Amino acid sequence: MNPEHAPLIEMKNIEKHFGSVIALNGVSLEIYPGECHCLLGDNGAGKSTFIKTMSGVHKPTKGEILFEGTPMHFEDPRDAITAGIATVYQDLAMIPLMSVSRNFFMGNEPEKKFGPLKLFDHDYANRVTMEEMRTMGINLRGPEQAVGTLSGGERQTVAIARAVHFGAKVLILDEPTSALGVRQTANVLATIDKVRKQGIAVVFITHNVRHAMAVGDRFTVLNRGQTLGTAQRGQITPDELQDMMAGGQEMVALEGSLGGTV
Amino acid sequence: MSNTADNPVSDERIKQTPAWRKALIRPELGGICGTIIVFVLFAIFAGDSGMFNSQGILNWSVVSAQFMIIAVGACLLMIAGEFDLSVGSMIGFAGMMIAIFTITLGWPVWQAIIVTFALCTAIGALNGIIVVRTGLPSFIVTLAFLFILRGFTIYLPQLIERKTIIGGIDKAAEGDWLAALFGGKILTGLFTWLGDAGIIAVFERGNRAGQPVVDGVPMLIVWALVLVAFGHFVLTRTKFGNWIFASGGDAQAARYVGVPVNRVKILMFMFTAFCACVFATCQVMEFGSAGADRGLLKEFEAIIAVVIGGALLTGGYGSVIGAALGALIFGVVQQGLFFANVESSLFRVFLGVILLFAVVLNTYIRRMITGER
Repeated sequence: MNPEHAPLIEMKNIEKHFGSVIALNGVSLEIYPGECHCLLGDNGAGKSTFIKTMSGVHKPTKGEILFEGTPMHFEDPRDAITAGIATVYQDLAMIPLMSVSRNFFMGNEPEKKFGPLKLFDHDYANRVTMEEMRTMGINLRGPEQAVGTLSGGERQTVAIARAVHFGAKVLILDEPTSALGVRQTANVLATIDKVRKQGIAVVFITHNVRHAMAVGDRFTVLNRGQTLGTAQRGQITPDELQDMMAGGQEMVALEGSLGGTV
Repeated sequence: MSNTADNPVSDERIKQTPAWRKALIRPELGGICGTIIVFVLFAIFAGDSGMFNSQGILNWSVVSAQFMIIAVGACLLMIAGEFDLSVGSMIGFAGMMIAIFTITLGWPVWQAIIVTFALCTAIGALNGIIVVRTGLPSFIVTLAFLFILRGFTIYLPQLIERKTIIGGIDKAAEGDWLAALFGGKILTGLFTWLGDAGIIAVFERGNRAGQPVVDGVPMLIVWALVLVAFGHFVLTRTKFGNWIFASGGDAQAARYVGVPVNRVKILMFMFTAFCACVFATCQVMEFGSAGADRGLLKEFEAIIAVVIGGALLTGGYGSVIGAALGALIFGVVQQGLFFANVESSLFRVFLGVILLFAVVLNTYIRRMITGER
């Protein structure tokens, strides 16, 4: 993180209620360009609700979202995408039956004029897809290859490359590594690192402390709808993070019986 | 990144796929194979029955074209992830509305047709809105409309005209510019020339002696070809086509990247209703009447044609050309059994068998595409 930079996004005291359930109870967060901000928390801590507020899926009940210093009121995900906030969801990033290039340009199809008609520019889409995939280190058999034939890590990478290509300034990754094997996880983490170096802010949601420690610059822990604080890289140990996530007490007892393997 | 970037093409875990097999993995495969088989079979068993002279060709072309018109709508809708079971009832309803507007209310036919199209696409939109708003399966919502529309189609003419078939539309439609677009024929000059040249059969006696037996291409066939071309173009060549695939492939994933999924689905319901309306109008103009039982079971025939054409029932994958081939197979077999002197009830047996076969083949093709095991 570079402290001279102004924050790209400021989330101020965000509250979100679903009926009588208080999912978020005043969460604040700042995200700076070029940082990888890890958002940690156990299941039900409010991580998903929080990022869905950030990406325009939910409207906050209370609180303010500032994007590049101006207050934003996202009506739907489209508004957030237009502003430069892209989200990659774990399972819902890609459509397996469609080709990589159709997926890559889904919702942002390039068009060329053909007389009075506007056509989907397949040549352009195929070319760009191949180039972007090569940059990310994925070798496709062809742009027409169906996404269903890619591995989970490759799908995440395609989704990330897509978001970056379409000018995302903030990239929100919702548990991108939770369903992946060791090597695929390494690939996704390497991709996150590449993206960050391009000056894009990455919000990395995970409940795996080791994955967070591998790429994170700052760490925010959520618990029961509230922030337990934000720590800089080097100011906190993996064990401390783990304890914060689990809410302390019970985890100590558990870890004793498991011999520190968790 | 890791070393995957350094060893590009060869991955020891992936078997080489032969080129012929790649060429085969396309949604139209079943339709293409089926069409070839069907034509070869009937050429052998009914080749000398008149099935392939001008009247015979017209006969099965018209039936195929009817299937095609509704299959195009059903195909795009199925790729967008939804069904419409109200197509058959919509056909009956649309025909009846044209008849009531023309005969009972005395409107000019063009006005009756335009109002009916507007009414039917509005009902299609209503179907779509209910489906996307409630999140109910389209199967249930359109099943309700199957009964609602059929009920009105039987009730209204009885209430107004005290009968279930309203005739006399052909007289009213004479000289009407819009009616000609559905009931007319094109290329009549070419067919007269072909008849004169002795290439196609001509009447030998009667007051039409010397005129060709088949005197033109019915507008029904033109509509079918235009709708197939339009559907194929939209699906494969436009941005909207990508949205159709995306909406059916995974609606939530599509929404997250900004595809207006609800709008796409509602529009596809409207297009399906439009196709049903084209079918109904052509039929009414051909018969000169509208009957309360028109279009029975058409929704299932449309869906079967689409599935034979390689579309997945779960959405997100399919082809308009495939659906058109499915419709062609349908028409050729239905009429061909008649030419081959086979009991026509066996057509239903054929339908069931080919449907089962097509679904199994499609599932296999999908596994090949997505690499599922």
